[in-house]
Amino acid sequence: MLINTKKNHQLSEQQVTDESVYYGRRELLKKLGYLGAGSLLAQSASTNAGALDFFSSKEAEVFKRQALKFAPAGESLQILTPEAKISSHNNFYEFGTGKSDPVENAQGFKVNPWQLSISGEVDKPYTLGYDDLFKHFPLEERIYRLRCVEAWSMVIPWVGFGLAELIKKAAPNSRAKYVAFETLYDPEQMPGQKSRMGGGVQYPYVEGLRIDEAMNPLTFMSVGLYGKTLPAQNGAPIRLVVPWKYGFKSIKSIVGIKLVEHKPPTTWNILADREYGFYANVNPAVDHPRWSQASERRITTGGLFARNRIATLPFNGYGEEVAHLYKNMDLRKHY
Amino acid sequence: MQTRATGVSKEALKAVLLRNRVMLLKIAIHLLAFLPLFVLYFLAFTEQLGADPVEEVIHFTGMGAFNLLLISLLVTPVAKKYRQGYLLQIRRLVGLYSFTYAMFHLLNFLAFEVQFDLTLFFDEIIDRPYITVGMAALMILFSLAITSITALRRKMGTKWQKLHNGVYLAVLLIALHFFWSVKSDIVEPMIYFTMAVLLLILRKDKIKRWFKSS
Ligand code: HEM
Repeated sequence: MLINTKKNHQLSEQQVTDESVYYGRRELLKKLGYLGAGSLLAQSASTNAGALDFFSSKEAEVFKRQALKFAPAGESLQILTPEAKISSHNNFYEFGTGKSDPVENAQGFKVNPWQLSISGEVDKPYTLGYDDLFKHFPLEERIYRLRCVEAWSMVIPWVGFGLAELIKKAAPNSRAKYVAFETLYDPEQMPGQKSRMGGGVQYPYVEGLRIDEAMNPLTFMSVGLYGKTLPAQNGAPIRLVVPWKYGFKSIKSIVGIKLVEHKPPTTWNILADREYGFYANVNPAVDHPRWSQASERRITTGGLFARNRIATLPFNGYGEEVAHLYKNMDLRKHY
Repeated sequence: MQTRATGVSKEALKAVLLRNRVMLLKIAIHLLAFLPLFVLYFLAFTEQLGADPVEEVIHFTGMGAFNLLLISLLVTPVAKKYRQGYLLQIRRLVGLYSFTYAMFHLLNFLAFEVQFDLTLFFDEIIDRPYITVGMAALMILFSLAITSITALRRKMGTKWQKLHNGVYLAVLLIALHFFWSVKSDIVEPMIYFTMAVLLLILRKDKIKRWFKSS
């Protein structure tokens, strides 16, 4: 039978399963949902026909990733989240609002050529092309916890370099108080951007950091994942990773980094100021109106029955490195 | 001779089908409602549901419950419009499946999302408006499911109809629950909200009368 494709119960899913099959099964469920309780309401005949050829759809194009040379991070004390999960469970609304939309819609994403410009309050603005992203700075691996505002988390081996190095190279001047980031705006390639308000979000996606946050050694520009260049759905070819802040701060597929004098607007804050602050530091003491932030589900190798709810730590456990940045601030007010 | 024979058996078959149409419809509903649930948990138990099966099972059962409830509310208007009174006999089954999905939805939340942390569970019901509203809707569905037992229904007399009008409130609460549960993409909740309101508009006379009499 169709669903009987599991090969070996001893091995974990991601080790034995080719990615396209892994996603294909979810397709199956989606279609069953439509066919069954899902909606007798609105599905066209063609969708129902599609339900009979569960695995044959799409996957014509596959996003290509290359191996990278980098200084490895060494043994992780925490169990890493499997690569197949990191690359199939994404909030990247430019490619659709469902968690599995990005992996389905981003396969044809063109990242080469690419241009990342570093500009604003700097003495030496410059632009990096696609190859430069991997050559200009020595690459290293960093294993970081990623905590989503939706109260789940992962442990991810990124490859990249410190944001500080990228900024120093541009020689910021004294007016550079904040750093503003911008994602590519290209509705042709990013279907979520087609209506300017796709998924309720205003595009292009923008994010920001205070300059001292940006210069903190933890703040990372990632160009890779699990030793290879980033999958499209994880923000290829280059994205930000700020491990002590909620995931939405870690903006993907960046084309512009601008040093600015005033606090820049940030996407989720524009959308719902009361729910998403500028700082968005992981903080178990301040709940989001929709989610308790006191604990989280750590997604690693387990499935439905994983007992993976763990306490959330202030600054996602990176307090020693970053708490001093917020010494005199009321983090309940500046959430 | 032969053509005549098949002619007869065709008609006979038609008659049999017609006589058993309610039963056949019910079998179809059982299959259409139960199979997806079965496949869902089969895939979830065998780790074939993607990176976060928890989110997936919550989502699937929530949507299933809402879809089924809307379908159950569609039965009466359709039966009236097309004068197919026998359709009314499938309403209860569809409604009960909606309740079943809603119970699985709640169980998923309790077992896999908060993982039996009861303090967290009750805090969430109180603190998160969308969950408070979902819980209220589930209580209503629960009371309707219990009183759908024929003996109870007879005993309750006119009170039964009054209680079951609660489904109109439930459907609005669920629409709201859906609305508040999404982060930013409100298109789908809007569509569902519209469908719920349309189904209520089809009953506007009844609801008006109901308000007047109470
Ligand atoms: C105690 C009762 C309930 C609880 C604890 C509950 C919990 C939840 C949760 C956690 C979500 C997911 C929100 C997210 O994505 O973050 C959700 C969504 C949803 N629920 Fe409920 N719910 C309850 C009752 C109901 C009832 C009675 C129905 C329908 C009959 C329902 C239908 C839905 C629908 C349609 C969604 C949207 C699908 C989604 O976004 O996943 N819920 N609910």
